[in-house]
Amino acid sequence: MTAPGKFRFVSSDRRVREDRRFVVGKGSFAADIVPQGVKHVALVTCPHPAARIVSIDKAAALAIPGVHYVLEGAELAGATNVLAAGLDTPNVPRYPLALNVARYAGEWVAAVVADSRALAEDAAEAVAIEYAPLPFILDADEAYKPGSTLVHEAHGSNVLLDRTFVWGEVEQDFAVSPHRLKHRVKWGRSSTVPIETFGVTASWDPWREILDIWASIQMPKYPDQTAMVLKIPMSSVRVHYDVDVGGSYGVKRGIKHTVLVGYLSKRLGMPVRLIEDRLENMRGGDMHGPERNFDVEVAFDDQGIIRSMKMRALDNVGAYAGRSPFQLGKPVGAIVGPYKIKSVQYQAIAVVTNKTVQEAVRAFGQSPTNYAIERTIDEVAVKLGLDRLEIRRRNMIRHEEFPYLIPSGSTYDSGDYHTVIDKVLAHAGYGELIAERDRLRSAGTLAGIGIAACLEPSGGNSSFEPLLNPKVGTTTWMDSCRISIDLVGSITATMHTTSAGQGHETLVGTVVGEVLEVDPDKVRVVRSDSLNALPSNSPVGSRMAIMLGGAAFHAAKQLKDKLTAIAAHDLGVPVERIAYKDGSAFDTSAPDKKRTWAELVTMAHRHIHKLPEGMEPGLSVSHIMPVPMGGGLPTADGRVQMYPCYSFEFHLMLVTIDPDLGKPEIKRYVIGHDCGTVINPKIVRGMTLGGIAHGIGAALYEEFAYNEDGLLVAQNFMDYLLPSAHEVPFVEIVHHETPSPLTVFGQKGSGESGYLGAPAAIASAVNDAVRPLGIVVDSLPIKVARLGDMIAQARENNAREAKKGN
Amino acid sequence: MKVELDINRQKHTVEVEPRLSLLDCLRDKLLLIGAHAGCEHGVCGACTVLVDGAAIRSCLMFAVQADGVAITTIEGLSPGPGELSPLQDAFCETHGMQCGYCTPAMILAAHALLSKNASPTREEIVDAISGNICRCTGYAQIVEAIALAAERMRGQNDPVRP
Amino acid sequence: MKPAAFEYSRPADIDEVCALLAADDGARVIAGGQTLVPLMAMRLARPSRLIDIARIPGLAFVREEGNEVVVGATTRQHVVESDPVVRAKLPLLAKVMPFVGHTATRARGTVGGSLVNGDPAAEIVLVAVTLGAALIWRDGGTNHSIAASDFFLGPMVTALPLTACLAEARFPVWPEPRVGVGFHEVSARQSDFAFVSAAAQIALDADGRCTRAAIGIGAATAVPLRLDAVAQALQGQRYDETKVRESAKAALADIEPMADLHASAEYRKRVAATMAVRAIADAYQDAARRA
Repeated sequence: MTAPGKFRFVSSDRRVREDRRFVVGKGSFAADIVPQGVKHVALVTCPHPAARIVSIDKAAALAIPGVHYVLEGAELAGATNVLAAGLDTPNVPRYPLALNVARYAGEWVAAVVADSRALAEDAAEAVAIEYAPLPFILDADEAYKPGSTLVHEAHGSNVLLDRTFVWGEVEQDFAVSPHRLKHRVKWGRSSTVPIETFGVTASWDPWREILDIWASIQMPKYPDQTAMVLKIPMSSVRVHYDVDVGGSYGVKRGIKHTVLVGYLSKRLGMPVRLIEDRLENMRGGDMHGPERNFDVEVAFDDQGIIRSMKMRALDNVGAYAGRSPFQLGKPVGAIVGPYKIKSVQYQAIAVVTNKTVQEAVRAFGQSPTNYAIERTIDEVAVKLGLDRLEIRRRNMIRHEEFPYLIPSGSTYDSGDYHTVIDKVLAHAGYGELIAERDRLRSAGTLAGIGIAACLEPSGGNSSFEPLLNPKVGTTTWMDSCRISIDLVGSITATMHTTSAGQGHETLVGTVVGEVLEVDPDKVRVVRSDSLNALPSNSPVGSRMAIMLGGAAFHAAKQLKDKLTAIAAHDLGVPVERIAYKDGSAFDTSAPDKKRTWAELVTMAHRHIHKLPEGMEPGLSVSHIMPVPMGGGLPTADGRVQMYPCYSFEFHLMLVTIDPDLGKPEIKRYVIGHDCGTVINPKIVRGMTLGGIAHGIGAALYEEFAYNEDGLLVAQNFMDYLLPSAHEVPFVEIVHHETPSPLTVFGQKGSGESGYLGAPAAIASAVNDAVRPLGIVVDSLPIKVARLGDMIAQARENNAREAKKGN
Repeated sequence: MKVELDINRQKHTVEVEPRLSLLDCLRDKLLLIGAHAGCEHGVCGACTVLVDGAAIRSCLMFAVQADGVAITTIEGLSPGPGELSPLQDAFCETHGMQCGYCTPAMILAAHALLSKNASPTREEIVDAISGNICRCTGYAQIVEAIALAAERMRGQNDPVRP
Repeated sequence: MKPAAFEYSRPADIDEVCALLAADDGARVIAGGQTLVPLMAMRLARPSRLIDIARIPGLAFVREEGNEVVVGATTRQHVVESDPVVRAKLPLLAKVMPFVGHTATRARGTVGGSLVNGDPAAEIVLVAVTLGAALIWRDGGTNHSIAASDFFLGPMVTALPLTACLAEARFPVWPEPRVGVGFHEVSARQSDFAFVSAAAQIALDADGRCTRAAIGIGAATAVPLRLDAVAQALQGQRYDETKVRESAKAALADIEPMADLHASAEYRKRVAATMAVRAIADAYQDAARRA
């Protein structure tokens, strides 16, 4: 692959600099950081879905040699503030350890501190807790009903959020449309489940009054929330951002873990760490993803043009309110997908139940929403007897219609959906694919073609916060970069957050190299800690190519301007006549009049007398970048620009299902992907393929299943099924670039790509395959045996009907 | 209990509790932190090391069981400081990772495969790493890395190559 | 997820194993540990003592003895997988080995461990039952032999006395010239424990008619099932899918399948018949290929 010429380093297929340390086992993950004398935490968890904590007897645990402390909820709650919630729900307080009542099986009730993790586990077993089990509720529909069992008595209901937005003339559009279709689809409870569990070490230094924190964190507002909950100044919290995060995809938000070990470290005067084990992680790590029931109704004409949509999304957020209800807010920014639906009614409901707490998961609610939209488009096509592709083409925003304002207030920056689809169809040989499906069908296999066209809103901003909680007025989520050229001319760029495999060091190096026209590999990229950090909101919402890349670009540009100004001054020519090339600056009308990199650097650092008057000496520049298009509050009817940039993906696949077993197999998978200018092709490709693997998991394998007793039964990796290399097929990517007009290189986000549309596409394929049997598969995940039972039942019914017919 | 371990061709004598897994022994006692804990119940493969050349799960073996066998960890694969083995280099070339957490284990599983099979098919590569879960990549660039390494290693003794 | 504390012993011979077991009710034998250690990590198993038999001389071997292939209890699964005697004489065992766990677990896991663990979904257990292997354990200084079908009593429950240690498994070798095998299983992911599995070994005469058959179903019920009635019905028959399906369905009509998170009882019962048909079809085909 060669660079397309527009750029020198951007878009070229360069290696990812982070990889070198990982392939030799020299990453620095949270569990690898072991301060002298660190103590280990293990948790005592509630075995009931809901229970009053009657008593806690710590004596036997404390009697074990090597055990230092047993902490219970009352002490912790007495010493800390409640954990922050996104919505305004003061009567749904949440603490790291249950206070009086535990509200889900696996909730932390006490924490044991010991010399080793094994000892801590021994002691955790020895903590004797008496529980009085309480009635519990698991189902979101039930929980929404008035009079249902309450998870939080003081809140008065289980409803955290119930807001209906109306954008445009919904009722009128419905009234004039000749057709309507209403259906329900379900997105099951799964998550991105990184292979590294969450881990955090805290060490309080009472003389310096600093709490050092090393954590596998990916979370905006982490240091400030830690400080506020622990009631210490934020300037006393030092989060080390140079910890490598072993996968996150949204969920590594261990604020409760951090508060717990932070408190314990202060209380005991020892460094304390909590590295979740897999059971703690799955049951009580609070990292489950959305579990959503969608009721969707659309109004459309004979041509399949969809005029209006009513969507009701009911989300089961688990036992407490964290940030997760905001995952109903972000999809407002792409609520019509890539389609020109004129009006929308959107009811967003979040209810609490006695399940594990939900956390932000890759795409922040957009993937389930895309699934609901795409399933609906398929059903409209079926109802009208139209081709599923054709109906999409007819409804899609056309290239020339961008920028395009959707009813809910976001403007899509750019796109070329029809071209991407055409390219995918040409690459895949769509006609041949259909012929292949039909051949398979006539040979007795169930076979279906899956189609999904989805958006990836990117450049993550915070607009869903003021949208769903009017008390929050945050309108931007900046990110920053500081670049220094030292006095011998080396370049060091600083970023201000952790990474979890997104290759941000490579991103920054590439951008700085591009702007300053130096070898990106010569640009050192380091991470600050939170005490010397510029503002960052961490790698969420597919934002870093846009935001960190943008900040690095602008900081580098300022440095380049400064170097140019120094050269102009020293050469005695107007700055407009100076050109910058490969680190040197020369007079365009006399190219041999130039100042080299070394000369410029020396002047800036040592020869202040040669600098333009008033110029700051040295070569160090910071840039803090606001989100493009950000800064606006929502209107009263809830219209707001959510994220600035919109990537597009189009999935096409062929799936077979063994009719006797119900086992789906992906035979062909092609994705068309357009995230604007690609900064690093290896990284973008990896994100897309990895996202598809996550999507395959969510669609076919992964489910946090609960039993009738309210217990999580898929709590280890034998029952919660992560796709292995066997399960992820070869995927072909068809690449397209529609640059964004809003970003420095035309880049858009790709951190959630693949995951945005894979579940929708798989559901589409499975439904295409089973439709001849007269059945609809309307919930995810589509598990083998369940599908097998459905197919068997349908065949039996059909055979009976056929007999009757005869 | 005292146990003598042969790790990356070096002998180490360590005092361990019988319940200490080989994984925890490597990480906590010998500071060989390239082996990672993922599930600690033998499913995810992040703790893979080689025992007598075969990839095994170090979370499912106790340190006291590990005397008298040759253990290879990721730290034993790199030829020298700052240098990469052909397999490690191939993982960098294809970007066969993202967060890097499963990577050492993945490379060791691949190393075990390539030491037995110099020309694996795609299916054989997939099967060899199917016990190692990666949540970032969707595996494609990992499979490519292993195929690339195999190809390069086959060519290693080819005199026309520089 | 750290195991509770335990003592560790590595006895010199199998009689010492039995003595250690007799001395401590909480003691457990460990060979490969691929099933036991996860249970210990979750503290669902808490042995007071682990008796490591992996290095006892003479317990790891594969050899042909008369019309049997004998596999020592501590023989690693990956050794069996590539063993030439197994490939030549026990094609059904060779066939299932790649389905046992993953490469990395087969490198540590043992044949005896799988048998003693008695998981109804375990492929080696299914082969032992299907072929009618004899299992030999050592107890009180003497060897005892038991038929596989009598050994497995329920999920993870076997007839092995608490003080006994499995020594070897003796698999019968079929002398017929045209022996074919088939194996099918269905699971969520390829390497998961099966919801249902089926194994078939069939001998054909020169005419393509079955002279002997052994059919087994794993994972569906508390212990693997031998479908002797189906095997009987195949006698003298060429492959006829309809007939095979009917006899498999009839044989499975009264079973009591297990149900769990991943598959319903109805699924297991229905798919057991499908798996049996497919395994038998494969076995016929495989045998027919042999001259």
